[in-house]
Amino acid sequence: MIGSLDARIPAGSLENKWTDHKFSMRLVNPNNKRRFDIIVVGSGLAGASAAASLGELGYRVKVLTYHDSPRRAHSIAAQGGINGAKNYQNDGDSVFRLFYDTIKGGDYRSREANVYRLAEVSVDIIDQATAQGVPFAREYGGLLDNRSFGGAQVSRTFYARGQTGQQLLLGAYSALMRQVAAGTVELHTRSEMLELVMHDGRAVGVITRDLISGEVQAHSAHAVVLATGGYGNVYFLSTNAKMCNVTAAWRAHRKGALFANPCYTQIHPTCIPASDDFQSKLTLMSESLRNDGRIWVPQTHDDGRGPDEIPDDDRDYFLERKYPAFGNLVPRDVASRNAKAVVDEGRGVGPLCNGVYLDFSDAIGRDGADVIRAKYGNLFDMYERITGENPYQVPMRIYPATHYTMGGLWVDYELMSNVAGLFVLGEANFSDHGANRLGASALMQGLADGYFVLPYTIGNYLADYLGEAALNPNEPVFKDAKQQVTDEVARWLSIGGTHSVDYYHRELGKLVWDYIGMSRNQTGLEKALSEIAALGEEYHRNVRVLGSADTLNQSLEKAGRVADLFELAELMARDALTREESCGGHFREEHQTEEGEALRDDEQFAHVAAWEWQGAGTASTRHREELAFENVELTQRSYK
Amino acid sequence: MAQTITRVSTPPPVRAAAKFRLPWPLSIYHTAVGKKWVMGLTGVALLGFVLVHMTGNLHLYEGPQEVHEYAETLRNLGTDVIPRTWVLWGLRIGLIAAFGLHIHSAYSLSRMSMVADQRYVGGRNYIAANFASRTMRWTGPIVGLYLFYHLADLTWGWFNPDFVRGDPYHNVAESLSSIPVAIFYIVANIALSIHIFHGAWSMFQSLGVNSPRYNHLRRYVAGGLASVILIGNLSFPIFVQVGVIDDEGRSFVEQMEHSEPHASSAENPVQP
Amino acid sequence: MSARINLTLKVWRQAGPDTEGAFVVYEATDISTDASFLEMLDIVNERLIDAGEEPIVFESDCREGICGTCGLMINGRAHGPQKGTATCQLHIRSFNDGDHITIEPWRASSFPVLRDLAVDRRALDAIISAGGYITVNTGSAPDANLIPVPKETAETAFDAAACIGCGACVAACPNSAAQLFTAAKLQHLNLLPQGQAERWERTEAMVETMEAFFGSCTNHGECEEACPKEIPIDFIAWANRDYIKAKVKNRKLAG
Repeated sequence: MIGSLDARIPAGSLENKWTDHKFSMRLVNPNNKRRFDIIVVGSGLAGASAAASLGELGYRVKVLTYHDSPRRAHSIAAQGGINGAKNYQNDGDSVFRLFYDTIKGGDYRSREANVYRLAEVSVDIIDQATAQGVPFAREYGGLLDNRSFGGAQVSRTFYARGQTGQQLLLGAYSALMRQVAAGTVELHTRSEMLELVMHDGRAVGVITRDLISGEVQAHSAHAVVLATGGYGNVYFLSTNAKMCNVTAAWRAHRKGALFANPCYTQIHPTCIPASDDFQSKLTLMSESLRNDGRIWVPQTHDDGRGPDEIPDDDRDYFLERKYPAFGNLVPRDVASRNAKAVVDEGRGVGPLCNGVYLDFSDAIGRDGADVIRAKYGNLFDMYERITGENPYQVPMRIYPATHYTMGGLWVDYELMSNVAGLFVLGEANFSDHGANRLGASALMQGLADGYFVLPYTIGNYLADYLGEAALNPNEPVFKDAKQQVTDEVARWLSIGGTHSVDYYHRELGKLVWDYIGMSRNQTGLEKALSEIAALGEEYHRNVRVLGSADTLNQSLEKAGRVADLFELAELMARDALTREESCGGHFREEHQTEEGEALRDDEQFAHVAAWEWQGAGTASTRHREELAFENVELTQRSYK
Repeated sequence: MAQTITRVSTPPPVRAAAKFRLPWPLSIYHTAVGKKWVMGLTGVALLGFVLVHMTGNLHLYEGPQEVHEYAETLRNLGTDVIPRTWVLWGLRIGLIAAFGLHIHSAYSLSRMSMVADQRYVGGRNYIAANFASRTMRWTGPIVGLYLFYHLADLTWGWFNPDFVRGDPYHNVAESLSSIPVAIFYIVANIALSIHIFHGAWSMFQSLGVNSPRYNHLRRYVAGGLASVILIGNLSFPIFVQVGVIDDEGRSFVEQMEHSEPHASSAENPVQP
Repeated sequence: MSARINLTLKVWRQAGPDTEGAFVVYEATDISTDASFLEMLDIVNERLIDAGEEPIVFESDCREGICGTCGLMINGRAHGPQKGTATCQLHIRSFNDGDHITIEPWRASSFPVLRDLAVDRRALDAIISAGGYITVNTGSAPDANLIPVPKETAETAFDAAACIGCGACVAACPNSAAQLFTAAKLQHLNLLPQGQAERWERTEAMVETMEAFFGSCTNHGECEEACPKEIPIDFIAWANRDYIKAKVKNRKLAG
C-alpha cells in the first residue's frame, strides 16, 4: 500500500524552501473558502491557533474538544517559555542558529526543511502573541525580556513568569473565541473523537461521543485536523494532564495513518519525585530552575544524613563534575540519565531514595533570597504546597519524569499524514523535534503549525475539491462508524470484570516505565512486548466499567483511552527494539560510548521509522523515511 | 435515557435580555454595574446627609433656643437669591430621589442575584464577607422602616401625643424619653452604622475609586464614618434617657408664642 | 512527615442534570497526608469500584493548579481551606485525623450540575467570546518590540491574566457574580497598549454578557479569598470605572 515515504520537501536552498513553496502552493479564493468544512480536533496551542487562523481566513471550522472549555488543554501547563530567533539580545542568535540547535538537540533525527521553517516562523509567533496581549516578561525599558533556556547558549526564550503556556494558550483561545463569536468556528466542548471516517482513501470526518449525554455523533468535512497532543500518559505517571491520551491519533492510525518514532519520548529532569503508590501524576518544575540550582547527591551510598549535615566534600555535584562546560544546564536527556544513574547506584535522596537534590543555597547566598524569589517564587511555592518542604531552607528533591513525546503521526512537509485530508499538528505529529526536543520549543512548534503552516498548506489540499460538497453525515460510512463506536462503548460496559481502568493503567505504566523508560535494552523490550500483550489481553477480559453509556461516565471514557495506550505501548517497544542505536530520548544500553553517552548509528538509522497498523494482534509494518542532511554536519553531541 | 444535549458554545442565559433598550444615559442604569454606580453615588449623598444631620443634631446639647435657630438657618438657606425654604426643599427632593434610587437599585440587584445564586446545601464558610456585608439586605430595610417612623414621629407627629410642631428639642426629648422608642432608635442606628460600614467601603469599589497607594485607607474611612455616626446618633436617645436632654415637658415654642405672638411659622426644623 | 489518617466525607451525589441530588457519607480510611485532595478521592473511587458502586464524578486535568478544570466546595469554601491553592494542589496534610469534610459542587444558576461534583461552566466562555480578545488576524502583527509596555503595566496586566478560569469566584460569591473573572479578563487587555483600540467596546460587551448569566457584585471580597491565583478585587473597581467610561465613550463613537 505504501511505497517509499515521500515527505514532499520542496526543492531549493534551505533558506528559500518555505518562501518558494508558499508561492507555489495553490490558493483557495476568499469567496470559496466558506465552501470548505474543516474539523479541528483538540483546542490546545496547535488546535486553537489553527482553528482561529482558518476561521479568520473564512473557512467553516468545527472545533471538537473533550474539555469543558477550549482553554484547558495541557499546553497550559508549560512553564518555561517559548523560543524565538529574534536576536533581541544581540548575542548572535539567528534563524539558522535556532535551526541548528534544534537539529542538534534532536540528535539529527529530524527533517532539516521542517526545522528550518519552524525557526523561520518562530519570530512571527512572538509578534502574533504579543499583539494578542500575551504578557511576556519585559525589561524596565518596556521591551521584551529573554532568557537562556535548557542548554541554549543564546538568550532567545520569551517567557511569562512561570505560565508561558497558559498565557500563550489564552492568546490562542481568545482568538478562537473571537471566531466563535463571528460564527466562522462552531465549538463543540465535551465531545471526544472516537473514530476517523474515511471515504475513497480520504479523511472525510470523525465520530464523537458527547461526554455528557453519551450521544454518538457524526461530523463530516473536507479535511480533518488532529491537534490532540502527545501520549506521555502511557507511563501513567507523567507530567501530562490526567485526560491526555493517544486515542484520536491512535484511531487515525488504525485507519491507516502511519505512526512515526513512537519510542522517542522525553524525560524531563526536574520533576517532583513520587511520594507513594497513590500518586496520580507527577509535577514538573520549570527547567529554568537549573539556571541557579545545583544538582547533587551524597558521595556515598545510603548516606543517612540530612542535606544540611553533609559537607561539600561529601557531596557529588555529578553534572558539574562530568560536564564542566555545561554543568547543570546539559540537555534534558543527559541530565535525566545521570540522575537515574546515581539513584540506581543507591545514592538517591528523600524518604523513598528516589530523587536528587536541586540546591539553591549557593544562589541564595550569592544573590539573596529576594532575587531568587522574584525569579522562581511561584515554583518554590508550588514545591512547598506539594511536598510540605520549604525550598528556601531545604534543597528541593527532583527526579526525571516523562514530559513530552516526540513521536506521533507521520506527516509530510505540509503537515498532512499519509492519509489524504488528515492533517496533524503540534505534539500529535512527529515532525520537528527528532529524537529529543529542546526546552521552550514545544510551544513554538504548536503555534508554528497552527498559525503559520497549516493555514497555507491546507489550501493546497483543498483546492482539488472545490465544488465538491462534504459528504452527508447520514452516508453509510458514517453510520457504520457510529455503530462501531456504539458497539465499543457497549462492550466496555458489558465486561463486568474485577479491576478498575485505573488499576490497569497504572500497571501498564509501570511496565512501560521499567522497560521503555529512560534507558532500554533488548531483553527488557522483548519482555515488555510479551508482558504488555498479556496485560492488555487481561484488560479486555477483566476490566470493570460501571454505570451506563448515556451519562457522564468517566470510567467509560478512560476505558477506551487505556485500551489504545496498550496498543501504543506495544508499538513503542517494537520501535525501540528495532532502533538499534541510541539517540536523544531513546537510549539503548547496548549502544553507548565508553563514557556512557548515547551512541548514534547514522549509517543505518538516519531515518524516520513510520509504522503501519496491520490489525490487532498482528505486528505492525515498519516504513522508512530517509533523512538527508545537507546543511549541517552530523556530529556526536558533546556537552563536556 | 438522559436528555440529548448538543454541545454548542453558548449556554442559555439565566437572565432574560432587556425587552427594549433604554436611551442613554438611562441605558447605564439598565445594567448591574450602572446600578451599582448609581447606588454608590446615592450612597454618597445619603451618607453626607446622615453625617450633616447627626452633626446638626448636636445642637441638642446647646439647648432649645440653639436648635430652633439652627432649624431657622436651614430654612433660610439661599434666601438672598431665591424664596425662603426653596433650597431646603430642593435638598429634600434630592434626598428623596437618592433614597428612591438607592432602594430601587438595591431591590433590583438583589432580585438579579437571587436568580443567579443557588444555595449550598452543606452550608457556607465565609472568609472575607463580614457581618456588615452579608446583612445589607436586612440593615437596609431596617433603616428604611426606621426612617419612616422617624419622620412620622418627629416631623408629622403621628405617634407623639405631646408633639409640638416647630419645637424639635421638645419633640425629641419627649419621644426618646419612652424606653421602647429609645431602644428602637438605638437598634436602628446600630443597623444604620453597620450598613454604612460596608456601604462606605463598597462605594469606593462600585465607583471605581481605587488606587493601590490609598486602598488600605478605605476600610478606615468606612469604619471611621460608621463609628462617628454611631456614636453621635446613639448619644441622643442615651442622653435623653439619662436626662441630659430634657425640657421637662415645656415646649420652647409654646412659651415663645405666649410671649412673642409674631413668632416664625411652625415648620419642621429637622430635615427628613 | 507523612502520616495516615481517617476522614469522613459527605459528598454530593447527583445522577444527572435533571435529577435530585443528596449527600452521601463515605469513610475515607487510611489516607496518607502526602496525598493530594483529588488523590484521596481517587482512592475512595477505587474502593467504590471494588465494591461495585459507581465512582464519584469530579473533574480535574492538569493537577498542577493551572488548567482550572478542578474545583470543589470543601467545607463551605471554594477550593478548600488553603489560600491561593486550587483543589488539585490541596493536600491532605491540611486536614486532621477524624475530620468530617463536606464536598459540594460549585453552585450558581449558570453553573448547572452535570453529575455529582461536575458543573457546566460554559457561561465563562460566553463572556470571553463577547469581547475577551484583541482583534489581530494571524500574520498582521507588527514587530513585538514596536510598542514598549512599561514594566509595571505589564506586571499588573499579568496579575489579571493569571486567571485560570476555574469559576471559584462565582462559586464563592454569595451573589454568584462573575465580577472577578470578568474584571480580570477585561483588565488584562484594557491595561495593555495593544488592547486600547477595542477597550471601550470590549468593556461594554463583556460586562453586559456577564450580567446575562451571573449575579451582581456587592463587594464582599469572597472571590479574592477563593481565587487560587489570588487575583485582587482592585480589578473589579477598575473594571467598574472602565464600564462607566465605556458607556460614555461608546455613545460618542456611535455619534
